[in-house]
Parts: sequence; C-alpha cells; structure tokens
Amino acid sequence: MITVESLTKDYGAARVVDDVSLTVARGTVAVIVGTSGSGKSTLLRMINRLVEPTRGRVLLDGRDTKDTPVHVLRRHIGYAIQGHGLFPHRTVAQNIATVPTLLGWERARIAARVAELLGIFQLEPREYAHKYPHQLSGGQQQRVGVARALAAEPAVLLMDEPFGALDPIIRSKAQDDLREIQRRFGTTVVLVTHDMDEAFRLGDRVAVMSQGRLLQYDRPAVLLTRPADPFVSRLTGTADRALKLLSLVTAGEAAEPGAAEGAAVPAATPLREVLADLVWRGASVAPVVKADGTPGGRLTLAGILARGRAG
Amino acid sequence: MSLRPPTAPRVDRLGSLLGVTALAALVAMPFVDFKANRIASGAARSLGEALPVTSALTVGAIVAAVAAIAVLVTNARVRLFAAVVGIVVVGLAVAAAADALTPPGNRIVRVSPGIGCWVLLIAIALLGTDALARLRPGPAARVACLALTAAALYAGFAHGTFDNLSVMREYAVNASSFGREARQHVLLALGSLGGAVIVGLPLGILCHRVARLRGAILQILNLIQTIPSIALFGILMVPLGALASAVPLAAALGVSGIGAAPAVVALFLYALLPVVANTTVGLGRVSPGVVDAARGMGLTSRQVLLQIELPLALPVIVTGIRIVLVQNIGLVTIAALIGGGGFGTFVFQGVGQTAIDLVLLGAIPTVALAFSSAVVLDAVVDALNRTTS
Repeated sequence: MITVESLTKDYGAARVVDDVSLTVARGTVAVIVGTSGSGKSTLLRMINRLVEPTRGRVLLDGRDTKDTPVHVLRRHIGYAIQGHGLFPHRTVAQNIATVPTLLGWERARIAARVAELLGIFQLEPREYAHKYPHQLSGGQQQRVGVARALAAEPAVLLMDEPFGALDPIIRSKAQDDLREIQRRFGTTVVLVTHDMDEAFRLGDRVAVMSQGRLLQYDRPAVLLTRPADPFVSRLTGTADRALKLLSLVTAGEAAEPGAAEGAAVPAATPLREVLADLVWRGASVAPVVKADGTPGGRLTLAGILARGRAG
Repeated sequence: MSLRPPTAPRVDRLGSLLGVTALAALVAMPFVDFKANRIASGAARSLGEALPVTSALTVGAIVAAVAAIAVLVTNARVRLFAAVVGIVVVGLAVAAAADALTPPGNRIVRVSPGIGCWVLLIAIALLGTDALARLRPGPAARVACLALTAAALYAGFAHGTFDNLSVMREYAVNASSFGREARQHVLLALGSLGGAVIVGLPLGILCHRVARLRGAILQILNLIQTIPSIALFGILMVPLGALASAVPLAAALGVSGIGAAPAVVALFLYALLPVVANTTVGLGRVSPGVVDAARGMGLTSRQVLLQIELPLALPVIVTGIRIVLVQNIGLVTIAALIGGGGFGTFVFQGVGQTAIDLVLLGAIPTVALAFSSAVVLDAVVDALNRTTS
C-alpha cells in the first residue's frame, strides 16, 4: 500500500505539487492524469524520491520512504518511463537483469528470471536476449522497458507515460498486457498519463491533477457521474460520458437473470460493445456466457441504457 | 535480344589522372638525386641512368601496368593490389638505384629519392587509399593493414634493403641516439596525454554537471590553445626554472626551465581542451531518459557515471584523445628547441646543418607515428560506435 501524505514540492517560488494526499491499495492500479505542467510526473517521482518533497511524506506499507537509503528504496520499486530509457550499450538480457544484478542475485536465478519475463512479454528469448535495443521495434523496446522494471519482482511499479511513444494499435495491446501482468503478479501500479481514455481503461482509481493540486481521486465511474470540479468534467469529456460509463461495466457485472436467444456475449465484454452489437443486429436482448462456458444470464437493451444514466 | 550500341571501356577519372601522373613522373622527372657528399648540391638521375637497362625496363613495365589498371579497372580489390605492388616495386627500385650508384665501400656519396620518385609514390599511394576507402574495411581490418605495412617496412629495414639511401646513411650515423629520441618522443606525447586524461576527464565531468563552470573552463582552455607553442614553451621556462631553484626536490626529479619538464607541461595544457570539451559533449549526448531510468532503478550516482554515462560517452571521449595524440606527436617535434628531445632533435640539427636528409630522419618517423596513432584510434572509435548505436 502506498500512502501519500500532504506532499508539496516547490521549485523556488513556483509550487509544482500542492498538498496532495492519496492512498493506493495493494494490488490496484492508480492512474494520475492531468495536463502538462499539472505536477503529475513530479508527484510520481516523489514516490521513489527522484524528487525530494519540500513537505509531506510517502509511506510504503506504513514505512516512511525517508528511512531507507534512496538507492535501496528504488531497487525495490519498479520504474518505467516514456521512450523506455533502455541502456543502448547493453543487450536486452543485460537491460532486464539491471536491478537483479544490483541486488546481487545469483547468475542462474537472473538468467531464469530474464527468460521468464521475455516469455511473458512475447519475446522469444533465443531470438531477443542478445539483441541491442536499437535492433528492436518501438513496441518491443517498450515491452523490454516494462520487463526490466518488473525484473526484481517489485511490489510497486511506477510508470511515467509508459505508452506515450507508441502508435494507437500497439498502445492498446500494451495496455491490455499491462493489466494482465498486473493481475498476475498482484503489483501495485501508479501510472502517469495525459490520456483520459488510458486512465479509464487501466485505473482502478484515477487521480485528476491540475496546477499542482489533486482535484479528485476516485473510481472512473464516479469521476464521470459526480465530477468534483468543472475541470474534471472538462477532462473526462461530457459529450460521450454515457458511452464512457458503459465502457467501464462488463457484461458479466450487468447481467440480469434469465435466458435469451441469439449469439452469446462473453462476460468480460464492456457494455459499450454489447450495446453497439445489439444496435447493429437490431436485437433487444442477448445471452451472456461466462468465461468457463456456462450461461451467465442475459442483457436487455433497456437494462444496458439504464447503466449509462447519470447517478 | 536487342542490339546495343558498343560501349567504350569505362574510364576512371581519378584513376586516369593518377595513372598519367605516375607515367609522367617516371618518364620525365628525375628518379633519384645523386650527391657527391652530404651537403653538396645534387645531380638528377633518371630511372634509366640509375638502373641497368633490364631492371629499368621491368620497373617501367610494372608502373605502366599499374597505371593501366588505374585507368581501366574499376574493381577496388584489383586497384588496391596494383597499388601495393606498385609501391613495393618503386621502393625496391629506389633502393636498387642507391645500391647501383654507390661505389662499393663508399660511405660519402648520398643517393636520395628524386622528385619523380616522390610523385610516383604519392600517385600510387593515392590510388591505394582510394581503393581502400571504397572497400570500407572494418576497424579490425584497418589495424591489420597497418600492422602488415609496419611489418613489411620493418623487414625491409632489418634486411638492410634501404641502407644505401641517404636517410638511412643519416640513420647509420645517428643509430645510437635514434632509439633514445624515439622513446623520448613517444614518452613526451603519451605522458602529456596521460596527464591530460587524468585531469581532463574529471574536469569534463564537472563541466557536464555544473553548467555555470562550463563556459569559464572551456574559455580558459580555448585561450591556452591559441598561444603559439614556442611562446608557451618560453612562458613556462620562467616559472619552472624558479620552481627548480626554489624546491630542490623538484630539481632532483628533473624539473628545470628547459628540457622535458616545460615540454610536458605545455603539451599537457594543449591537450586539455580536446579532452575536456569532448568529455563534456560526450556526456551531454547521453539521452536524459537513459540517465533517469538508471537513477530510478537504483543505480548510485557513481554507478550511473561509471556504468552508463561514461561508456556511452566513450566514443566521443576517445575521439578527443585521438585529436590530442596526433596533435601531441606533431608538437613534440618543437620541444626539441628547448632541449626536450624527441625526433625534433634531428629536424633542428638538420636545419642547422642544411642537411635535408637529417631533417627527413626526424620528420618521416614523426609523420608515420602520427598517422599510425590516427588509424588505430579511429578504429577504436569505430568499434565502440558499432556496439552502442
């Protein structure tokens, strides 16, 4: 668990982060979103003390981060940044092995971990382990960057616009991969982005920052239905907020008891896609099927529309 | 099949120029200079006058063949091979001419390569370097070429092939001091370079870290660079002389107003700018994202510097070292003026005695040394760049 208490950062007369407090529960994803200059990156960088706060403190599982030597602290917190920051003079395997090597792991354990991570990120170890970063595509470089951040099995992973340099299709795939890997390892993730769609897609909770202040920190659905500030609703966008709300709920969560005819919808599908499918087919009801193949109730057009209503 | 107009053989323009120049040099210019003694004025001898008819014709035929290849053949390997053969043949021919023109047992007459021989060698060497450049050899291959050339030359000298050439006559007279001056030359060049790296590297790191110091430090070093070398040697004589007389230990260590001490200090000062400037530029070229990631993953600032920043800046830093080394090897020659030793000793003795052969005995090894260091360090830079980018 990450506890941020009254963090403030001044650069000279300028207050970049202004009295921000928030808590990130273990194993969840918190996304900090804001325009450039909102202080979101500075807030993130104060968690692993790349920036020292002017006031306030950060607790990891109740321990003040100030009580640990800074390089030791950072070795136990994963860190991935935009444009990957891979070391160009080291191979993919050496890059991923960076933190385990610093921690003094045995060679065999490091090799096994590198191979495991390459496999998880769909990079065939025999083909990629000995390549240099410049020999990889942008998407592969980014995956190696995240693999490197996860190498020493950190409980906490900090990500500063990790997908900012990727094209939309690769970015969407990278987001799916991150969600899956985060669930698999139970990592607590704090991710900074300026992309609201990315925030809604990845965040269990989303923190909206503007001019150094934390305007709202809550579940995505709450940000849409009860924005605490006009800036929050501007950032989330009001024109399609009903559809955004629907994209946050899965078919499984919204299913009602009962059965229906027609093509079944997997339980993990967002309601927004189910709605689009129903409109396309001219249907008003669809059965839901669970991941294990058993029936999971049904969805009606009216039921879906009710989910998109404010409040 | 369509009928194509007959094409003329492709003529290489650079090759034509070099080929015609080589032939003209061979036919119309003196191949060797013959002097009755060391300071007498020379008399020109053509290839035909210097060598027996059959040998002269053979050499002429081989040079003509090389010229023909230069004009007509575009394959770089063939051109390189022709150039190597040409240089070896001309080198052996000039050595043979010296043997033929020197009466047996005579140690007084001087035979040196004439203007025609030099033009011929330069034309063929240009043909060879052009071919080599087109082949784009890797760093290891270039160093191997250099080593092979050095070995061949060494074998020639060791065998005594060139003993009757005037420069080698000077060498024979100065053989005992040649080794000493060579060692001194290399020591002065490398010693000042070593000092400049030891001081310049930390200074460059400081310039990179503290932006406010950068301008001032580089400005001062720039200023030093503009002082003419003779003036700097002169300026240093006074404080070093004073130091030697005030501190007996310094004098005991060999510090004095003239000699090696002011030479090393002056060369060291000249060497600082390229080392500091290239270190600063090299470190500045390292991507900020890479450094941020390194710090964020828990590398200490020392580890960031030694494992990330310096290795990535290394190609640029070594480029600076290459500049310094080549520059130093040339400048050491001047150090002989203040008693610093080195190949410059022969150059200035030769100038004083109007003995051009003695000047060459100092100048040729200096150029060879500078050229070889440039080739080796360029290869190192190339090899470093291949792994990091």
